[in-house]
Amino acid sequence: MGLKNTLHNLKEKYKGTKMAPAFNALHTFLYLPNETTHNGTHIKVADDLKRTMNIVIMAMVPCLIFGIFNAGYQHFEAFGTPVEFLSWDAFYIGIIKILPLLIVSYGVGLGIEFLFAIVKKHEVEEGYLVTGMLVPLIVPIDTPLWMLAVAVAFGVVIGKEVFGGTGMNILNPALTIRAFLFFAYPTWMSGDKVWIEGAVERDQLIAAGEKLDAVSGETILGTLAQGKAVGHDIMDMFLGFIPGSIGETSTILIILGGLFLIFTKIGSWRIMLSSVVGAITMGLIFNGLVNAEVITEGSKFFGLMSTPFWQHLIIGGFAFGTVFMATDPVTASQTNKGKWIYGFLIGFLSIMIRVFNPAYPEGVMLAILLMNVFAPTIDHYVVQGNVKQRMKRLKVKNA
Amino acid sequence: MGLLSKKDAKLIIDPLADDNPITIQVLGICSALAITAELKASLVMAISVIFVLGMGNVVISLMRNIIPSKIRIIVQLIVVATLVIIVDLVLKAFAYELSKTLSVFVGLIITNCIIMGRFEAFALGNGPWRSFLDGIGNALGYGVILIIVGFFRELLGSGTLFGFPVLGDPIAKTGLYSTGYENNGFMIMPPMALIVVGIIIWVQRSRNKALIED
Repeated sequence: MGLKNTLHNLKEKYKGTKMAPAFNALHTFLYLPNETTHNGTHIKVADDLKRTMNIVIMAMVPCLIFGIFNAGYQHFEAFGTPVEFLSWDAFYIGIIKILPLLIVSYGVGLGIEFLFAIVKKHEVEEGYLVTGMLVPLIVPIDTPLWMLAVAVAFGVVIGKEVFGGTGMNILNPALTIRAFLFFAYPTWMSGDKVWIEGAVERDQLIAAGEKLDAVSGETILGTLAQGKAVGHDIMDMFLGFIPGSIGETSTILIILGGLFLIFTKIGSWRIMLSSVVGAITMGLIFNGLVNAEVITEGSKFFGLMSTPFWQHLIIGGFAFGTVFMATDPVTASQTNKGKWIYGFLIGFLSIMIRVFNPAYPEGVMLAILLMNVFAPTIDHYVVQGNVKQRMKRLKVKNA
Repeated sequence: MGLLSKKDAKLIIDPLADDNPITIQVLGICSALAITAELKASLVMAISVIFVLGMGNVVISLMRNIIPSKIRIIVQLIVVATLVIIVDLVLKAFAYELSKTLSVFVGLIITNCIIMGRFEAFALGNGPWRSFLDGIGNALGYGVILIIVGFFRELLGSGTLFGFPVLGDPIAKTGLYSTGYENNGFMIMPPMALIVVGIIIWVQRSRNKALIED
């Protein structure tokens, strides 16, 4: 008897009991259900929620794999014993840190989804599949596992389940989780230590009196915000050989993931494009201010304002946020015109927050969360505008 | 309760749970969110409101037959303002540090919807004794929520209760902190107060389904 049959039998056994949704979910996560309807007219679509989720996860896998190698690479780089990027040493450091993050993220998140499904007596929803993958990619490598667990529990319950589960949430759950981490444990989410595996530990050893060299690896944005010179060249930033959250460093892989999403029609190209346009606009405004000498070298905003506008696109989490999080179909605008406005403002605000928030030089998280809140409003006005236009046309015709 | 008749006891007990001013009537939220980062501030705020609402209800109830209804809001404001100024001055005299923490929120008791609500809804139509019980009951209901919220926010946000470190020293890493636990900085921020109040409302309504509105 195969696994499929076992699962099916279990499902039948628990039918009608309290635990039924959990077994049903296990069964359908892995296989097609045994019973399908045969007669009547059906519309067949290939992209159900589960498949949509899987495609997004596939688009993120390159970022994850790159993140695993990069974690090890950055570790050895910072500790003064550089290794080849594609080496077992780098892979080992990365996998031993990132796998637990992934397991905790999925374990806690899906655990809560199952619990809520059983209590509310509905089917387990697939919404967490993507969130669970996003979460490890957007946190620093040294995030303690219990913090991640607390944040995931908060994000899933307060960010999603209280609104009614997948499809009803106002805020992107993965970003809610990250925002919670950032506001609850700021020392673990910013600064120049958390981005390098082992740097925090090394710091504690030094504090305990051991004679070791301090290790630090500031993100590009952090360096710029402090007005220091960046030690990485443009190609490193584009390819992703820089410190940062696990999966967001490699712009090229994110672009490939984005193209994959656009090609499969899962991600909205309107949002991605308009967000890039928005970021470029804001970047150009800041560059203009610097060129017009409104902002001079003494200003604390000089470092980030004088960064060429196109560089803003390849540093920090902007690319990752734009491709994988702004396009979340639940929390983004639904109308086409709305998507343009929504995306543009995300890009625009991201760069603005980046420059003006010295405490935390990354704006894409807050920009997306803010625009998530406004997305329904944007849609409302777009729809109302359309209604008005048609009413006018009707009047002209009748007159 | 031997002292009170069943009807009078209801005045005190109802607002504690099933007719709670914060979680059911959703009044007085503003101060509940602002000052609950510390348990001590919550407690002092609760006591202040108990005093103001208890006394205020009695005063309004005594005057209820001589207040012309056109100017009753002004009279109510004068009564509550007088009482709030007494509280404010007492705090400044005996607990100056705390009065700085509470700052403007003691003054804002004047605009606390619970107080005006009870004056309007109860004290204007009932005798002084019953009004007194109603005032104490509602203020206690307000205070209970404040203290619950303050308890969780101070414990999880600062690791202390009434300023006393119950979880160990976060800097020397003793107690719970030696296991890697850290204070949750988000708990001290006002948004978290809203979420904690929300969770209390959630728990209360799932225990008593009759409270759920459509």
